[in-house]
Amino acid sequence: MSTLLEVKNLATQFNTEGGVVKAVDGISYHLDEQEIIGLVGESGCGKSVSQLSVMQLISSPGRIVGGEIIFEGQNLLQFEANGPEMRSIRGAKIAMIFQEPMTSLNPVLTIGRQLTETLELHLGMSQEASRERAIELLRLVGIPSAEERLEDYPHHFSGGMRQRVMIAMGLSCNPKILIADEPTTALDVTTQAQLLEMMKDMVEQFRASLVIVTHNLGVVARYAQRIYIMYAGRIVEAGTTKDIFAKPLHPYTIGLLKCIPRLDEEEGRKLVPIDGLPPNLINMPSTCAFVPRCAYKSERCLQEPWPPLRHMGNQHYVGCFSND
Amino acid sequence: MPEKQTTVTGVSEAPPIVSEWRRFRRVFFQRKLVIFGLVILMMLVFNAIFAPWLAPHDPYRGKMADSLTQPGKKYLLGTDIQGRDTLSRLIYGSRTALMVGFLSVGFAGIFGMALGIVAGYFGGIINMIIMRVMDALMGFPMLLLALLLASVLGSGIQNVIIALSFATLPGYTRFIHGLTLSVRENDYILAEEAMGSSRARTMLRHILPNVFPPMIVLITLMLGNLILAEAGLSFLGIGIKPPGAAWGSMVADGYQYLLMNPVLSFAPGLTIMVVVFAFNMVGDGLRDALDPRLRGLL
Repeated sequence: MSTLLEVKNLATQFNTEGGVVKAVDGISYHLDEQEIIGLVGESGCGKSVSQLSVMQLISSPGRIVGGEIIFEGQNLLQFEANGPEMRSIRGAKIAMIFQEPMTSLNPVLTIGRQLTETLELHLGMSQEASRERAIELLRLVGIPSAEERLEDYPHHFSGGMRQRVMIAMGLSCNPKILIADEPTTALDVTTQAQLLEMMKDMVEQFRASLVIVTHNLGVVARYAQRIYIMYAGRIVEAGTTKDIFAKPLHPYTIGLLKCIPRLDEEEGRKLVPIDGLPPNLINMPSTCAFVPRCAYKSERCLQEPWPPLRHMGNQHYVGCFSND
Repeated sequence: MPEKQTTVTGVSEAPPIVSEWRRFRRVFFQRKLVIFGLVILMMLVFNAIFAPWLAPHDPYRGKMADSLTQPGKKYLLGTDIQGRDTLSRLIYGSRTALMVGFLSVGFAGIFGMALGIVAGYFGGIINMIIMRVMDALMGFPMLLLALLLASVLGSGIQNVIIALSFATLPGYTRFIHGLTLSVRENDYILAEEAMGSSRARTMLRHILPNVFPPMIVLITLMLGNLILAEAGLSFLGIGIKPPGAAWGSMVADGYQYLLMNPVLSFAPGLTIMVVVFAFNMVGDGLRDALDPRLRGLL
């Protein structure tokens, strides 16, 4: 299948008073058509910032300092962040939904108005047509009596329903890519499962690709075809979901997998947390950032700079010396 | 219902739907003082519109023979030194008060809102320039600034309106600036930008409706203040030119004859008090009814 989005060496920094924070430090990944990928990592590892960079929605003091974002043959970074080209891509070709369904909808506008706005903006639909389409979309995401609910305000909806509305909004203009930034984190577990299942169906139906950003490996296990593991602003391991779960190679991935309870394992296994905390991203050393927490570290890790990703067969890549 | 519907979790937990308008009415009309304020304001507007039909006498030309008449049958509230009917002048004075109030609130409110949203949304250098100018304006007490401008521009109702607009502009700007700063940080603004909304569109369609309800409350409360300020300026002799009727100048004129005919000063004074009180009450009522934080509590 052909590549839809290719990100090369993307770097985003925040110039704070305390120093430069390299939130995203040269990551590369790609997304094929109609593919679902997962971007996994701890809080503050740069997952969300990398996705906001793709949309060019980084606000001051943040800045994209390097790299390329190739989408449909064009480098998106050549466009001005608030220029007409980026605006016509945002929402129409690459849509994004956010973590907090409770705050992602404007409280003073009706659901209908928020849904129709994007349609009128990007597709130039008339009011009646966009209203019809909005009702259809709400039905698709499983909101009952959609027609009446168009006139409701966001506070009339529960968290799960709001996230459904967000998904409907995200898919309303038939985007090529839907970026879901921790879409289910704020919801309870049963709603999470339903929403993920629905999101997968919707993305299939709309022939879109999906990027799931999450800190929960369990969320992506079932849906993503490939997984990227991020740590301290870098991708440390990439591979098919099967490979990542079956033979994780990076110590961080191994650590993450040890933290998840599984149904198919021997009884009495203890969950092992990863020691320590994620590093402070200000003034990072050039060596591997995971070293202080790593169980497999060697002398080499402290002397040589962060190892680049190496091909380990199939589509499996890892950035670690321990696999030599 | 014959049509079968698929069950969706989350629907049952959704809060019951209460019409916004019904909730607004219930909270707004709950307090008697708010209703009282509203009635006063409606009377005021009615007076201002139908002044020529309501006023029993000519407010501008009096009979010298009837100078300083005590309140009685012919002149309900008596007359001033020139023999002009106090009641008629009060009625015509409501036109001055409302015109100055609404026009200066309108000008300052619209500009203040625009400046505040632009400064708050863009931040950076634009924010710096706008807010520092506002700070400089704010350094002067409101009445002093109005006094200064009015004396530079000369008296006359349009100059009073300009002066009061300038004097109140920083208040609105700062208020809206603060609100915009907090609204801007919400996820839905980011979500809107992720949907390809332009900056102008985001400001107009997403920030403006969010800052509007508190702005309405501020405007209502400011109307009372402005009427008071206009009275103050008229009292000091800067304001409407004679023989025009303004409540403030009526108090000033009347107070020379306080011992002979106290109604002359008391009637406009009391009117100012009641009107300002009414605006404050309605403003409070609006605040209670529009404040989203009080939703569900009242």
